[in-house]
Amino acid sequence: MTRRKESNDRGVMMQGTLDMLILRSVMLAPAHGHTIAYAIEHASEDILQVEHGSLYPALHRLEERGLIASFWGTSENNRKAKYYRITPAGRKHLAVERSRWDQIVGAIARVLGPAVE
Amino acid sequence: MSWLRYFRRGRRNDDFALEIEAYLEHEIDENIARGMDPREAAWAARRKFGNLTTAKEDTHRMNTIGFLESVAQDLRYAARLVRLEPGFFTVATLCLALGIGANTAIFHLLDAVRLRTLPVAAPQELVEIQIGPNQKCCTGNFSSRHSNFTYALWEQLRTRQQALAGIFAWSARGFNTADGGELRIIQGLYTSGDFFGTLGAVPAAGRLFTSADDRPGCGTPGAVLGYSYWQREYGGQASAIGRKIHLQQKPFEIIGVAPAGFYGVEVGRTFDVAIPVCAEPIIEGDNSHTPKRHHWWLAVMGRLKPGISVAEARANVQALSAGIFEATLPPVYTPESAKDYLNYKLIAKSAGSGVSDLRADYQDPLMILLGIAGLVLVIACANLANLMLARASARERELAVRLAIGASRLRLIRQMLAESLLLASIGAVCGALLAQFLSRYLVQFLSTTDTPLYVDLGTDWRVFGFTAALALLTCFLFGLMPAIRATGTNPGAVMKAAGRGLTSTRERFGIRRILVVAQVALSLVLLVGALLFVRSLHKLLTLDPGFQESGILVSDISFSRLKYPPERRPAMQRDILNRMRGIPGVQSAAATSIVPISGDRWNERFEFSGSNPSGKFLSNFSGVTAGYFRTLSTPLLVGRDFNEGDTRSSPRVAIVNESFVKKFLNGVSPLGRQIRIETGPGEPEATYELIGVTKDAKYVRLSDPFSPTVFTSIEQMPDPGEGLQVVSQSRLAAPALIASVKSEMGAISPAIGLNFYTLHAQISDSLLRERLMATLSGFFGCLAAVLASIGLYGVMAYIVARRRGEIGIRIALGANRRTVLTLIGSECGKLLLAGLLVGTALSLAAAQAISKLLYGLSPTDPSTILLSVLLLALVALPASLIPAVRAARLDPMKALRDE
Repeated sequence: MTRRKESNDRGVMMQGTLDMLILRSVMLAPAHGHTIAYAIEHASEDILQVEHGSLYPALHRLEERGLIASFWGTSENNRKAKYYRITPAGRKHLAVERSRWDQIVGAIARVLGPAVE
Repeated sequence: MSWLRYFRRGRRNDDFALEIEAYLEHEIDENIARGMDPREAAWAARRKFGNLTTAKEDTHRMNTIGFLESVAQDLRYAARLVRLEPGFFTVATLCLALGIGANTAIFHLLDAVRLRTLPVAAPQELVEIQIGPNQKCCTGNFSSRHSNFTYALWEQLRTRQQALAGIFAWSARGFNTADGGELRIIQGLYTSGDFFGTLGAVPAAGRLFTSADDRPGCGTPGAVLGYSYWQREYGGQASAIGRKIHLQQKPFEIIGVAPAGFYGVEVGRTFDVAIPVCAEPIIEGDNSHTPKRHHWWLAVMGRLKPGISVAEARANVQALSAGIFEATLPPVYTPESAKDYLNYKLIAKSAGSGVSDLRADYQDPLMILLGIAGLVLVIACANLANLMLARASARERELAVRLAIGASRLRLIRQMLAESLLLASIGAVCGALLAQFLSRYLVQFLSTTDTPLYVDLGTDWRVFGFTAALALLTCFLFGLMPAIRATGTNPGAVMKAAGRGLTSTRERFGIRRILVVAQVALSLVLLVGALLFVRSLHKLLTLDPGFQESGILVSDISFSRLKYPPERRPAMQRDILNRMRGIPGVQSAAATSIVPISGDRWNERFEFSGSNPSGKFLSNFSGVTAGYFRTLSTPLLVGRDFNEGDTRSSPRVAIVNESFVKKFLNGVSPLGRQIRIETGPGEPEATYELIGVTKDAKYVRLSDPFSPTVFTSIEQMPDPGEGLQVVSQSRLAAPALIASVKSEMGAISPAIGLNFYTLHAQISDSLLRERLMATLSGFFGCLAAVLASIGLYGVMAYIVARRRGEIGIRIALGANRRTVLTLIGSECGKLLLAGLLVGTALSLAAAQAISKLLYGLSPTDPSTILLSVLLLALVALPASLIPAVRAARLDPMKALRDE
C-alpha cells in the first residue's frame, strides 16, 4: 500500500537551506554522511541541529541533480563509507544560492532595521 | 527523473542500507570513544540518526515511479492467484481463450476477405471498371468467376480510356498440365500485358509480362509461375526459367516467377501459372472467346493517374460508354438485345481491397458468426464476473479493513483490475494461439478440390488490435463491475456484520441474478440460431432433389488431343458411352452437358410454336443422352425418353420437367407441342418437339426452388464436342469404378483426358456455407448452453452457501426436506424462466438477421424456439438442482454450529 500524498511536509525553503549547508561542507574536500552531519553542527556552533537521518535523502537528491557525486571509500577509522564530493555544477549552484541567501538575509535585516533594545 | 533508475532501484536501496550502516558504525565508534559501553553506544547512535524508516521511505520514493511500482505490486499480488487457486485460474483462462480464440479466428478470416487491401504497391489507387447496375446486363456466354467484359470491349476500353495510368484485364481458368489420362488441373490466369506492371510486381526470378508479350496472334508466348507453385513444383530453382510447362497440351516456356505473396487481385484465390490474354485462342482452339463479341470472360482493373480521383475516372469511362458499346456490338444479338447493349454504362469503382466472390458468399455468414462468437464471449465474461463477485465477497472483510485504514477506493479497484487484466492477458495470448489453428481450420473447411481457397493468414495490426481490444474489453466486462461493487461497501457495516448476517440482502444478490438471467437469455438466442442453421442444413440434406445422388460418378472425358474432325466425333462419343455401360458393376450410364448442382447453367429464351401461350419465356436447358433419367432415378412421368431414332437427321425433340408444364402450360400436357429457341440473325433456327415430361429436379442449387428445365438430346446437337460428361450409376465404390473407367478409356487411346468426381461430393461442396453455419453455430450454441448452466449452478451454489444459516434454522424448526427443495428450486426456476422469456423475445427480435441464410424455415419457427427452450432447460435444470438437493440434505446442527 502506498500513500496518496507525500507525508513529508518539510518546507521547500528549509530543504533549500539544508542543500546549501551540505554543499558548503563538501566544498573543500569529499566527506561521508557522518562527517557532513557533524560538520554542519559544529560549524553552526550547535545551533543548527540536523536530524542525521534526514540528511541522507537530501544527499541522494543532490546527487540526483548532479550537484554532488559519490564514491565508496575508506574512512579515517578504517571503515567503508560512501563519500560525497562537490561537482562543478554544485559549485556554481552553491555560488548562486549563496548570493541569493545573502540578498535575502540583507533585505530582511534592512527591513527589521537595527535591533531595538 | 530517469526511467532507468526505476529498474536499478533494488541496487540503490542496498547501497543506502550500507551507507546507513556506515553512519551507525562511525557514530558507535565515537560514542565508545566518549566512554559509553557498546550497547548504550548503539542505542545512542540510533537515536542520533533519527527516524530510520522515514529516511528509507524518502529514498525509496525518490528512486521509484509510484504508478509503476504499485502496478508491479498489483500484478505480483494477482500472480498469486495462479498459484493459490489453480482451478479458478484454469477455468477462467480456458473460457477466455476459447472465447477470444474463436472471435479472433473469425475476425481474421473476415479481415483477410473483407477488410485488407491488396498486397501490391499503392492499392488505394486501383479501380475496377465494370458495367453499371443494369437489369438487362448481360446476355451471351459467361465463362469465368468475374466475367465482366468481352475481349472486344476490353480492347476498346484499353485504347480509349484516359483516366488510368495503367489498365489491365484478367480471367481465371483452370489449366490441365497432364498430357493424357487423368487431368491435373492447376489454377491459371489469363493476364493482359500490363497486369504485373500496373500492380507493381517485381519478379522473384526471370521476368514478368510486359505489353510486348500480349499481342494478338502471339501464339504461346510464355508463362509466369506463381511463387508457391514454383516452390512446390520446381523447388524454387532458378533453372525452372526457360523450361516448358504444358497447359492444355500446349507447351509454354516459363519466363519468370511472380513475387512471393502475390496472388493477383482476387482475394481468396491464387494462381499457379499466368499466361497472356493473347494466348487464349491457342489454348481454347475453336471455342476461343477472343473473337466472339458475346462471350464475357474478362475483368478489368487499372491504376489511377496521379491527381485523378475515382469519381473523375468514373465520369471518364461513363462518357466513353456510348462509343465503346457501339463499336463492339455483338453481331449475333437480336435488335432487342442490341438496344439493351447500347444502353449499358461503364463505371469505375475503387478496388484497393481487390475483388472477391467469397466476399459476397461469406461476408454475411462471417459477420453473423462473429456476432455469435461475440455473444459466447459475453456469456463467458458473465460467468467470470460471477466468479469474481464470489471471490470479492469472500474478501469482503479484508477489503473493509483496508478501506478503514485509509486505502483509497480507486487503489483497491486498480488492484482488483490487475487480477482481471492478468487473466485477460493470459486468455488473450492463449486465444491468439488457438486462433492460428482455428482460422486455418476454417480456411480448410471452405476449400474445395475444385476451387482451393487461398487466404493470406499473416497476422496484421488489425487482427492484433482486435485481440488486444477484446482482452481489454473482457477484462473490464468481468473485472470492473465486481471491483466497483466490492469496494463500494461501508467498511463499518461489513466489519460489524463479520459474516454473522443470516442472509445477505436481496440487493447484494441482485446483480448476480441479472447476470445469470442475461446468460440464460443470450445462450437461448444462440441455441435458437444454432438449431435454425442445423435444421436448415438437415432439410437441405434430406430434401428430395429429384434425383438420386448416391452411387453416381461423374467422369469428365475429353478426347480433344486426338483432334478428330467433327464428323468422327459422334461415333467416338457413342463408343465411350457404350464402353462405360459395359463396365461390370455399372447399372446405367448416360452423358449430360450440365451436371446438376455443379454450378453450371445454360438458359435460353424461347417461344411456343402456334403462339399459344404467346410471348417469350426463359427456361433452364440441359443436353443429355438416352438413359440419363434412369441413371439419376428421375422418373419420366409422361411420354418417352430419347432413343436411337433421335439423330442429327431426325426432327429435334426435347423433354421438359413438371415445373415447365406448370409454369408455362398451366399443367396441360406438352406432348406434341413445339418450342422455338431465340437465335441471333444468321444462326440456324432451332425448333424442338416436346416428347416427354420428367419429375422436377434441382438444377443450380439445392436451395433454389424447382425451375422449368428443357432437356435436349446431345446426339442431336449441331456441333458434337470433343468430350463427354458421363454420369454412371453403380454399386461399386468410387475408387474401383474410377480404375475401371481409366483402363477402359486408356484402351481407346492413352491420350484421352479424364477427370472424376462423385455427385455426392459435388452436392456436399455446394452446401459448404450451410455446413459451416450449422457446424460453428451448433458448437457455439452448445458452448453457450454449458456456460450458462455453469453460471446458474455457480449462483445457486453461492446463494445456498450464503443462506446456510437460514436453511439450518428452517430445518431445525421443522421444515421438511421437500420445503427446502422447493424454496431453492423455485428460486432457481424463477431465474431460468426469466432468462428463457427474455431469450425468446431476443431471439424473435434477432431472427431477421439470419433469414437469408435459412432454407425452408422461418427464422421465428415456433417449433425450433420451443425445442431450444426445452433443450436449454434440460441442460440447466440438473446443474441448478444440485445445490438445491445439497441444501435439503443440510445437517441443521452442523450448519448452526458453524455460524
